Amino acid sequence: MKRIYLILLLLIPQALKAQDELMDLLSDSTEVSYKSGTFKANRIINGHSVETVGKKNLDFVISHRFDRLNRGFDEFFGLDAATIRLGLEYGINDRLMVGMGRSSYQKVYDYFGKYKLLRQTSNSEKIPLSLTLVSGYAIRTQKTNPSLSSFDRSSYFGQFLLARKFDAGFSLQVSPTLIHRNRPDTFNDSETVFSTGFAGMYKISKRASINGEYNYVLPNQIDDSYTNNFSFSLDLETGGHVFQLLFTNSFGMTERQFITETNGGWGKGDIHFGFNISRTFSFEKKNKNKW
Amino acid sequence: MVKKLFIIAFFCFGGSILPVEAQLYTAKNSEVDFFSKTPIEDIKALNTKSSSIINTANGEIVVKIPVDQFQFSNKLMQQHFNENYLESEKYPYATFKGKINEVINFTKTGVYEVSASGILNIHGVNQERTIKGSLTVGDGIINLNSKFDVLLIDHKIDIPKLVFKKIAEKIAVSARVTYILSKK
Repeated sequence: MKRIYLILLLLIPQALKAQDELMDLLSDSTEVSYKSGTFKANRIINGHSVETVGKKNLDFVISHRFDRLNRGFDEFFGLDAATIRLGLEYGINDRLMVGMGRSSYQKVYDYFGKYKLLRQTSNSEKIPLSLTLVSGYAIRTQKTNPSLSSFDRSSYFGQFLLARKFDAGFSLQVSPTLIHRNRPDTFNDSETVFSTGFAGMYKISKRASINGEYNYVLPNQIDDSYTNNFSFSLDLETGGHVFQLLFTNSFGMTERQFITETNGGWGKGDIHFGFNISRTFSFEKKNKNKW
Repeated sequence: MVKKLFIIAFFCFGGSILPVEAQLYTAKNSEVDFFSKTPIEDIKALNTKSSSIINTANGEIVVKIPVDQFQFSNKLMQQHFNENYLESEKYPYATFKGKINEVINFTKTGVYEVSASGILNIHGVNQERTIKGSLTVGDGIINLNSKFDVLLIDHKIDIPKLVFKKIAEKIAVSARVTYILSKK
């Protein structure tokens, strides 16, 4: 009896092995694959993330920032007043995108281009981090007295966005930034301002994450009345949409505004509630008609 | 004693590779696509990076699909598909390992309606399945055509209630693979 068992035992591994061998003959995919979703959206909160819009996809972004929470009950904790930025962002290919937006605050028009120079690989450590370059131009169009030339109302920014997705639910980004204002609002401010952004994402469930973002302006560049921008948000995905609910101390949503002209203090309750919502449309016709 | 023998035997037999008479047909081209149809949104994606082998000696078939190579036209959906639904970093491949139930004369050209029984692994979850398809046998070439459904619940792929109506609970998968004889 024992012997029969033994023979059976001997046969089982071979029988199992035969099929496994066939599976083993199939090589692993040689495609280089890249980490997806280092951040859920193209903005961490106010600032850019390493992500770009996909090829031939158009992102329609609506962002709101309400007034300060410490306005009190009469102003319904800031909800009675709001600024909005409407943005259209388009992916030329999977690495290069362009975007434009219009903010109601100071009536700013902004334009930017963003390029993924390095993409963190996911099936090897060949490229351990992502590097995205972003650069943009913004112009205020709100009437001032005395009126300013378009040159004086213009500003430029450039950023290196360096990010790494450490595991499925945790990413960090560092963003050295340079901003140039042709004419700063405060006379003594430097025209060119260096800052560094620090940001992180932590997934609390498959479809929700908590983000934090801090933009540190190196000392002796801007007036002491300005504060560094600090924000955190809850990102929710609802299939095709990303919905970001956020708290920040900045009213403006363009780089000049939130990095160099934030004047709200978290300690004083100058906190703005806001949200970013985006809807992605695809224009990849060929793919659509294929089946 | 038994244990020792078992170990020795395992090394002897376990090390042996395929039966000598194996005739392996390897996938040269493959197209796997899926389709999810709901009143609100149609979602489809195509994968051309799958690999597969048919052993005509014993009817064994294996298919291996790199999940992150499914191409969607909406890249945000593609990201969500990989990140949240299929978790492709954790479960990089969908596989099928089975045996063709019908006895087919692979030396004779023609179209054969077949079915294969085995284990379908998607999202790390095994399901015992019998999948129907057709094999068009030519000279040193086999074309496989198959259409089958995958129930998301079978593979523990959960869809949040908020997007429930956008993604069908049953996904229609179709596969077209061309095999060529690779080893005698």
